[in-house]
Amino acid sequence: MRALKAILVASAMLPATYAGAADLEVTHWWTSGGEAAAVKELAKAFDATGNKWIDGAIAGSGGTARPIMISRITGGDPMGATQFNHGRQAEELAQSGLMRDLTAVAEKEKWKDIIKPASLLDSCTINGKIYCAPVNIHSWQWLWLSNAAFKTAGVAVPKNWNEFVAAAPALEKAGIIPLAIGGQPWQSTGAFNVLMIAISGKDVFQKVFADKDAKVAAGPEIAKVFKAADDARRMSKGSNVQDWNQATNMVITGKAGGQIMGDWAQGEFALANQKAGVDYTCLPGLGVNEVISTDGDAFYFPLLKDAEKSKAQEVLASTIVSPGVQVAFNLKKGSLPIRGDIDLAAANDCMKKGLEILAKGNVVRSTNQLMSADSQKQLEDLFSEFFAKPAMTPDAAQKRFAEIIAAAD
Amino acid sequence: MSTRATASAQPGIGAGSGSSSSSGSRAATRRPNQLFRNLNSKIASIPMILVAVCVFLGGTLWTVVYSFTNSKLLPRSSFVGLDQYYRLWDAPRWVISIQNLAIYGVLSLIFSLAIGFLLAALMDQKIRFENTFRTIFLYPFALSFIVTGLVWQWILNPEYGVQSIVRSLGWSTFTFDPLYDSSIVIYGVLIAGLWQGTGLVMCLMLAGLRGIDEDIWKASRVDGIPMWRTYLFIVIPMMRPVFITTLVIIASGIVKVYDLVVAQTSGGPGIASEVPAKYVYDYMFQAQNLGQGFAASTMMLLTVAIIVVPWAYLEFGGKKRG
Repeated sequence: MRALKAILVASAMLPATYAGAADLEVTHWWTSGGEAAAVKELAKAFDATGNKWIDGAIAGSGGTARPIMISRITGGDPMGATQFNHGRQAEELAQSGLMRDLTAVAEKEKWKDIIKPASLLDSCTINGKIYCAPVNIHSWQWLWLSNAAFKTAGVAVPKNWNEFVAAAPALEKAGIIPLAIGGQPWQSTGAFNVLMIAISGKDVFQKVFADKDAKVAAGPEIAKVFKAADDARRMSKGSNVQDWNQATNMVITGKAGGQIMGDWAQGEFALANQKAGVDYTCLPGLGVNEVISTDGDAFYFPLLKDAEKSKAQEVLASTIVSPGVQVAFNLKKGSLPIRGDIDLAAANDCMKKGLEILAKGNVVRSTNQLMSADSQKQLEDLFSEFFAKPAMTPDAAQKRFAEIIAAAD
Repeated sequence: MSTRATASAQPGIGAGSGSSSSSGSRAATRRPNQLFRNLNSKIASIPMILVAVCVFLGGTLWTVVYSFTNSKLLPRSSFVGLDQYYRLWDAPRWVISIQNLAIYGVLSLIFSLAIGFLLAALMDQKIRFENTFRTIFLYPFALSFIVTGLVWQWILNPEYGVQSIVRSLGWSTFTFDPLYDSSIVIYGVLIAGLWQGTGLVMCLMLAGLRGIDEDIWKASRVDGIPMWRTYLFIVIPMMRPVFITTLVIIASGIVKVYDLVVAQTSGGPGIASEVPAKYVYDYMFQAQNLGQGFAASTMMLLTVAIIVVPWAYLEFGGKKRG
């Protein structure tokens, strides 16, 4: 009798544990300290559902990782799920039917109502179908300043970009590089876009990147931005590092005065046990124009033949959006959550500033959402040349900028 | 490593003296029907021929055809004429890439041949520990370009490398940071490339020198010709086949240079050390613009063809074999 019961229980349990359990390989490019800590939270939550997260981290930032991911998907060796920046990076993959349609999951869990701002879900939507699960909001528009560096130089910590430019000579005199910019092309491009929103405002940004208005791109407003970029170029001279987290590390250690970098830099400060307001200062919108972009990461799910794995994909998608994971993940990562209905009481000062701006609705769509990968690559070529070559005049660079915008799609 | 180098050098010594007798015996046993001669080996090479035709030729043609389309992430056949080529030659990055390849190519050809020959000639003076020296010079060739690039990135890094060593010796204003100076960065890459490749050139040259008959040296010594003139006017012209082999090996290495740049500078600072192969990769995969990448790779093929075809015609087409 007892043996029979045991067998019955066992047979009932077997399918229960087996049904939804699958190993899912997840590829991403989160490899810096803060990022890796955040990924662990995701993996932990997914493993708790009975499935197994197989980590497929690809080092070397998105520019290196995306080609590998795309060639695996187009080459017929898809992973279970993969990170992309939500926007147009996976557009063509979805259009050609290589990605999984998540509309059913999204409707069941009412993503339309909970995901704020709505533009996040719009970026996941192609031809009326939802193809990705947004995981966080990242905004580029932050200036990170090292309080220690300014103390060494004997000047007050600046409150906006202009004060920062004015303080640069004092920093240089103290042997500190005023502005750290890593050598990877996306960093100088990002810094320029941040300067654009801060100096010429949201409308000009929209006109240039959303409407692709070449006249505005060649106009006086953008000329001012190029002037500022020229300042930034001068201030960043000598920051001989490649990766963004190395540049952030220069700020953390006080070797550099500041860095224009997205809010993911915050994870590095947190990892180094630095406190916002005490050890470092953050200025959203460079302290000039408090607008943030809704950049960020999302998970896309390639179409798989395996039914078990497909089921696990759905589980992962809803895990990512669930409130608990959103809090745990975003606190570690230093990014903002994708839903407005959760409490981030544990958030630090900088994140609270970001949440406030988000709540006020001072947001723009990011260049990843507005521009194709091709046009962005051309801009990256332009800005990496501009920032590395002092001989290139702002006027000449602006002329090429306008040409790229005119030809952009 | 040293034994392999020795082994590869030895057959070179024998090859020169033995070749005339073997070709004579081959002529005597020649049969009329050429098609069925060595049938087994012909059948055995069919897979290789198929691969060459389908993969290399087919792939090349496919690439050229699709370079006239506006393919983005995935290939599609909507033709746009020469648009991709106009855009390519308008792109400053492509023009810089071509310039860099020209500088790197010409200098690396000249220097690796010159240094390689010089080393081989020095090695040929019946010195002691020749094996050891040969191994040392050839050793860098055993490293991949990625490792080479990283090593030289560190050596040329102003904070840890040559500059900091010289400064710590007292010359506090000494500046040597080619990898962080847009105008000379390509020479920093060149140094690494030469360091890696010269050893192989040296070995090839040494094999060539060993193939020169000892009698020629004796004759020139009897005539009282100084050693450098013997090398320049007698030995080098006799080594023509070796030079051609070396030239082909170096040239193919130059055109495809990619990993060295990626590891050493990632094209930086800015776009100052970009090369064509990197443009192809970046536009095909990062920019998701296959059409542009195909156009760039077709241009690379065209450049090689422009150089190689007339040369091959002169080299092989001139003397028709009866």
